[in-house]
Amino acid sequence: MSAGSATAGDRTTTTGDQSLGGLGGILRLGASRVIYETRVYFRSPDSVFFTFLFPFIMLGIFTAAFGAAGNIGTNPDGTGGITVGAYYLPGMLAAGMLLSGVQNLAVDIAGEKSDGTLKRLGGTPLSPLSYFMGKIGEVLVTATIQAALLILVARFALGIDLPTEPGKWLTFAWVFLFGVITCAFLGIALSALPRSGKSATAVVIPIVLILQFISGVYLQFYVLPEWMQNVAGLFPLKWMAQGMRGVFLPESFAALEQSGTWDFPLVALNLGIWLAVGLVLSRVTFRWIRKDT
Amino acid sequence: MESSSPVVRVRDLHKSYGSFEALGGISFDISAGETFALLGPNGAGKSTAIEILEGYRDRSSGEVSVLGVDPQRAGRAWKARLGIVLQSTGESGNVTVTEQLNHFAGLYPNPRRVSEVIDAVGLASKAKTRISRLSGGQRRRVDVALGIIGRPELLFLDEPTTGFDPEARHQFWDLVRRLKAEGTTILLTTHYLDEAAQLGDRAGVINDGRLIDIGTIAEIGGAEARVPLVRWRDAGGALHEVRTEEPARIVAGLAAAGGEPADLEVIRPSLEAVYLGLVRDHRTNGNADNNENGNSTTAGPVGATSDEEVLA
Repeated sequence: MSAGSATAGDRTTTTGDQSLGGLGGILRLGASRVIYETRVYFRSPDSVFFTFLFPFIMLGIFTAAFGAAGNIGTNPDGTGGITVGAYYLPGMLAAGMLLSGVQNLAVDIAGEKSDGTLKRLGGTPLSPLSYFMGKIGEVLVTATIQAALLILVARFALGIDLPTEPGKWLTFAWVFLFGVITCAFLGIALSALPRSGKSATAVVIPIVLILQFISGVYLQFYVLPEWMQNVAGLFPLKWMAQGMRGVFLPESFAALEQSGTWDFPLVALNLGIWLAVGLVLSRVTFRWIRKDT
Repeated sequence: MESSSPVVRVRDLHKSYGSFEALGGISFDISAGETFALLGPNGAGKSTAIEILEGYRDRSSGEVSVLGVDPQRAGRAWKARLGIVLQSTGESGNVTVTEQLNHFAGLYPNPRRVSEVIDAVGLASKAKTRISRLSGGQRRRVDVALGIIGRPELLFLDEPTTGFDPEARHQFWDLVRRLKAEGTTILLTTHYLDEAAQLGDRAGVINDGRLIDIGTIAEIGGAEARVPLVRWRDAGGALHEVRTEEPARIVAGLAAAGGEPADLEVIRPSLEAVYLGLVRDHRTNGNADNNENGNSTTAGPVGATSDEEVLA
């Protein structure tokens, strides 16, 4: 219902954003948003505790609680196998990706919707693309620091052996990047679900928590019933954790997976599908403000 | 109006939320360089109107042009020419005043200098303080600073001085006058009628989604609403009030009749008194626009209110 009403003397067209630097300007602002968002993230105690430090705490608890029970995956004579810490490291890396992406952004953006941050930004010439770049860039930066620290803690505090083959690290790089970006988009998409910033944690955390329990993060995946493994297989966390196990666990552990192999192509397929879902949902659901027309 | 086309042009603007009609057809113009005050009680439709002009809400019908563009179809280049100070928000504020302003300055093609803006809103001593640690009034000044950092041609100020102490309010008025002197067009909503009187060139009064009056600050409400009131106590202590166009003659008559009357006042209704009269008349008379009070000898609806300018 809009009667056209552009009067004489238009100085700009509605799409004439040349004064704002076009695509270069959008990218430059996106980069400045990454710095801004990362700074804000590390100044928010809740985000840092529940999305950045949480995997460290869980890794510490599992190591302390089950370390005395002996190694996992031992030979019949009780030799060999790997320590509890070594077994849980891939799961904690996957959990970190999920928390840094999905939980962090879903709660963060839902909060920005209800506290007026997005409304204020929506009144400026900031492009939503720059805004998204800032959020995804922030997730990439914080998740990378988190993963690097987790690996350093595993190596130097818990004495866990790390892979030495370059190919393993190449696999780590793509599973990590693919997984984190997918999680970031799913976080943006999920932020549309809570009705308010206050209810965001209540909506998001149960989803994230259940996924972690059924996807082989807290519980050893091979002991779960098959139906639960199949349900988990629909979601990306199971595949991220499996990909990380494929990097950090000995080859012999592949036998414990559902198909008896690491299934890296299926990891890529599942993440690709969820990335597409996250992209479309983010695009369709994102609004600077709720327009109640 | 010297400008060829108005900066803001609104014609028969309607907005409904379901069956509730928030705006029932309002029309007004704001010309370049003008400060226009939009007044009205809570829930009258001011915020709905201003958010339609800012591009936040879509109208149900009518015509709207802001800086020559329909806000519903406007892009980023259009937003770069606006400054928006929303009603107060509850952002977490984990950045310092300087960090926030630097960041927002980067969003605009031709921003003001950050340090100058921080000085202008009186936050120089808080420049390195996180916004979350500022008082309510100080946070509001950050809002104002963020609204003007982009050197806007048109500035929306939605209840900008809520939570300001009197000194801060006067500093803010000075700031607005400077912006005005630079040619900024301003749309202001406020519940402080003295603020509207201080800053506004013209005002519109909205009630129940309709514009019940519009005009310069001096003429709004009509001449009748501004008839001065003479008030005094007689020798027996009884209070007398007379509304008259010739207060001096009444006072002279009093003096001639019996010396110095007690508590003598000549009161010219302030914008606040005029405004309250307008809104009350609109409520009691339905949609009839102006109530005739005439030159009566009792206190009219506008006379008995509190904040009045006392002359002589």
